[in-house]
Amino acid sequence: MPRIEVDANRCKACYLCVSACPKKCLGKSKTISKKGYFPAVMEHPENCIGCTMCYMMCPDVAITVIKE
Amino acid sequence: MTILAKKPQSMTDKPMHYCPGCGHGIVHRLMGEAFDELNIADRVIGVAPVGCAVFADDYFTCDTVQGAHGRGPAIATGIKRCKPSAIVFSYQGDGDLASIGMAEIVHAAVRSENITVIFINNAIYGMTGGQMAPTTLVGQVATTAPKGRDPKLQGWPINMCEMLAQITGSKYLERVAVDTPQNVMKAKKAIKKAFENQVKGVGFSMVEVLSQCPTNWHASVPQALEFVRTKMMPQYPLGVFKDEGAN
Repeated sequence: MPRIEVDANRCKACYLCVSACPKKCLGKSKTISKKGYFPAVMEHPENCIGCTMCYMMCPDVAITVIKE
Repeated sequence: MTILAKKPQSMTDKPMHYCPGCGHGIVHRLMGEAFDELNIADRVIGVAPVGCAVFADDYFTCDTVQGAHGRGPAIATGIKRCKPSAIVFSYQGDGDLASIGMAEIVHAAVRSENITVIFINNAIYGMTGGQMAPTTLVGQVATTAPKGRDPKLQGWPINMCEMLAQITGSKYLERVAVDTPQNVMKAKKAIKKAFENQVKGVGFSMVEVLSQCPTNWHASVPQALEFVRTKMMPQYPLGVFKDEGAN
């Protein structure tokens, strides 16, 4: 099953990944990061299809897409 | 466990300094992927511009020169001629390439230098705080055009790809955008091709990327993407303007 990891220290909360996800898996974190942003988080991991569109749009290369 | 997508090996771990939602980061990643896929990372030498990407040397594992404002193509010419085995790129913004560096880019194309130029067009001076650039759209507000760009006073925007396509020495010119995953994929193909051309020794290749600048456009990230699609694309149509790589 595919999943993603968001590096909270790189994410600057532009949410380009949130709007790019065709399955609406991603959302905004409730907790603040060290950088002072609310990073993107995986909200519905069960819907992830591993299309890598979030990775493609991320300007900070904060996302890694992994297939188990 | 297989990794479907992760940060390219030719990029460093340092987090980028660009504003949230800026297109520079996406283009950096596409370049890193091109270096990895073409297996040229160990012989790439980059020329960083004056502008937002002035710290680009921090993000690539390759050697980088930071050039004087607009002189990227001239420096890249020198490096390429001294060391023909190197893969040399000049990474420039619109204030750098289309304004102060106009002579250098035109003459690098005239000489058909075997270099790759990545041109980031965001229609504004980003680093210095949103002044009018040569590529600023008619009516677009900038700090030095507070009522919007007026063609009677400041002229019309420059379309670099169309202009350089008139020059015999230019071999590959394409304009892409990074506003949707589809366009990012097209941009990746274009950037990879521009570096492939250099490996093959085709000649002068340039990829113009329409990039969003949410900070200086005073827009949210979705509004900035909308601006790229509705305002920039009619003035700067996407597509291949010249491709003589096969000949």
